[in-house]
Amino acid sequence: MNAATPSTDLRTLSYAEAIREAMTLAMEADPAVILMGEDIGVYGGAFQVTLDLIDRFGPDRVMDTPISELGGAGVAVGAALTGLKPIFEFQFSDFAMLAMEQIVNQAAKLRYMLGGEASVPVVFRLPSGSGTGAAAQHSQSIEAWFGHVPGLKVLQPSTPEDAKGMLLAALADPDPVMIFEHKLLYKMKGHVPAGHYLTPIGKAAIRRPGTDLTIVAGSIMVHRALEVAEKLAVEGINVEVIDLRSIRPIDHQTILTSVRKTGKLMVVYEGVKAFGVGAEISAMVAESDAFDYLDAPILRLGAADAPVPYNPDLERASVPQVDTIEAAARRLVRREV
Amino acid sequence: MAADMTPDNRPFAIRTYAPAQLREALKRMYLIRRFEEGAEDSYTRGLIHGTMHLSIGQEASAMATCIELTDADKITSTHRGHGHCIAKGADVGRMFAEFFGKETGYCHGRGGSMHIADIKTGNLGANGIVGGGLPIAVGSALSAKRLGKSDVTVCFFGDGANNEGAFHEALNMASVWKLPVIFVCENNGYGMSTSTARSTAVKFIAERAAAYSMPGTTVDGNDFSAVSEALHIAIARARAGYGPSLVENLTYRWRGHSKSDRNRYRTKDEIEEWMARDPIARFRAELVTHGILNEADADAVAAEAVADVQKGIEFAKAGASPQLSDVTRYVYAEV
Repeated sequence: MNAATPSTDLRTLSYAEAIREAMTLAMEADPAVILMGEDIGVYGGAFQVTLDLIDRFGPDRVMDTPISELGGAGVAVGAALTGLKPIFEFQFSDFAMLAMEQIVNQAAKLRYMLGGEASVPVVFRLPSGSGTGAAAQHSQSIEAWFGHVPGLKVLQPSTPEDAKGMLLAALADPDPVMIFEHKLLYKMKGHVPAGHYLTPIGKAAIRRPGTDLTIVAGSIMVHRALEVAEKLAVEGINVEVIDLRSIRPIDHQTILTSVRKTGKLMVVYEGVKAFGVGAEISAMVAESDAFDYLDAPILRLGAADAPVPYNPDLERASVPQVDTIEAAARRLVRREV
Repeated sequence: MAADMTPDNRPFAIRTYAPAQLREALKRMYLIRRFEEGAEDSYTRGLIHGTMHLSIGQEASAMATCIELTDADKITSTHRGHGHCIAKGADVGRMFAEFFGKETGYCHGRGGSMHIADIKTGNLGANGIVGGGLPIAVGSALSAKRLGKSDVTVCFFGDGANNEGAFHEALNMASVWKLPVIFVCENNGYGMSTSTARSTAVKFIAERAAAYSMPGTTVDGNDFSAVSEALHIAIARARAGYGPSLVENLTYRWRGHSKSDRNRYRTKDEIEEWMARDPIARFRAELVTHGILNEADADAVAAEAVADVQKGIEFAKAGASPQLSDVTRYVYAEV
């Protein structure tokens, strides 16, 4: 082999392709893995993530469900309880609200209610986030809601590599896992290792080390935070960007260690600012020794206190963007908060 | 030749099941009754806290539904699920231990009456949410079909659940996918205090089966034979791959909805009328009439149930309580 030939390890895939590859690998390896969801068959899913999988695995394993989110999620829970490993796609994460009963009262609690005698290895995939002009009922970021539920695991991959590794990790996990995929990331390309690998659940990733300010971000906000960090680096401001990756369980250690180092914390997320991921992380720091290292107030940047608006300028303004993150970071570094 | 053509007019259960099976069924019906009386008594004496939903008066529905099921067959149960659990083969000692909140209970004291389950005998669990088990049962049937097993799933639910959206979604999907599930509605006339007449647009819930292209049958739920025959047909259909059925057992709970019930919505006459149709007395009389048991045998069966319940309560009392430091144990798998 020519030394200049790129190894397969350097190949790039889109976020959607990476998820599809994870599903393909899992279905090849384990006949118990099935896909369920609305229009995931011939249509390929609303975001084409399951495209062509029905040709490969057939309609018995790539099951188009009726438009029955509560029932469909419940069927996935019952199937998981009895030997299958369903990956259930909600067409939009917003629609999971129709299935809260099965997710929260059933899937999350069954192991506990049965004293550890049962396991519900179901994976829910949830296309999430704003930026598509789909307005208030197709654009929400509700991942924090599920962070409040013991028994669930809640993930938010920000890269193609993690999108694949987290889905494979979710399938290897004996408990229910919810994966919030950002719609605007589906086409994003990135390096994705070939073969089977697991991205550890509950472990944040330091995407850029820094010394002056810690930004904890999730999903697409990681990329916006990194862009801000590059801009500020030119001026000698070193931002550490932590990709949260997992909301539940949350990686206390990586965040606290970073805050002890930088003394400044900003949390950037797409969910509504109030009662969200930022509140949890802020309180976690306030309750720990890292609090003593803070030399400025903690800043939270989340979505506006409003439903996601339709008008494109309003929509853009309703969630943190590069310019708003940058402005906030500058204020925080200058302690103008 | 003439003798061979004489129809067997005995009740379905008598002519279908072996005497030992029928004896065991009577025993389990007594066990359900005595277990719930024991639970009620333990509650009154402060040994059990919280609440519970008693199914006294509905024993034939539970037992006759389960008589043909194996441990590999699954059930999903309801908040009024003690009878289902016992009918499916659970041990009353471990059930009492659960009610007493002990580590030796089926759910290690984490679930209590409303979440009692016994995975080994195929009971996927009672449910505190009305209609919660309906889609789960469909999922269990999907597993059987996908994994190439001949197991069926019986989904118990009450009349109250038939007005939940989950009922519609579950029955529709089960029918579209022809899954081996039998929906068993225990229609005891009331969702808590609201009668089916006031809550439900159809007279019989089995009528709703037509909307899902599946057979629907309404039977006297206090008649062991009638219930077992309806289930026999539905189970055979499910095992043969023809899909789901809906069976409605008309029955009655003698007790209130739960411990808070002051019975302001039913008349004494109505309750007494149903108590006169005691499913256990009726089944016992049928077994005696057809020579399966004599009165002395039947008394012995009843006495065994009393003894089992006594032993069960003693087992429960002796069990250890969970460690307080284990409050978050079982939230996630232990690795």
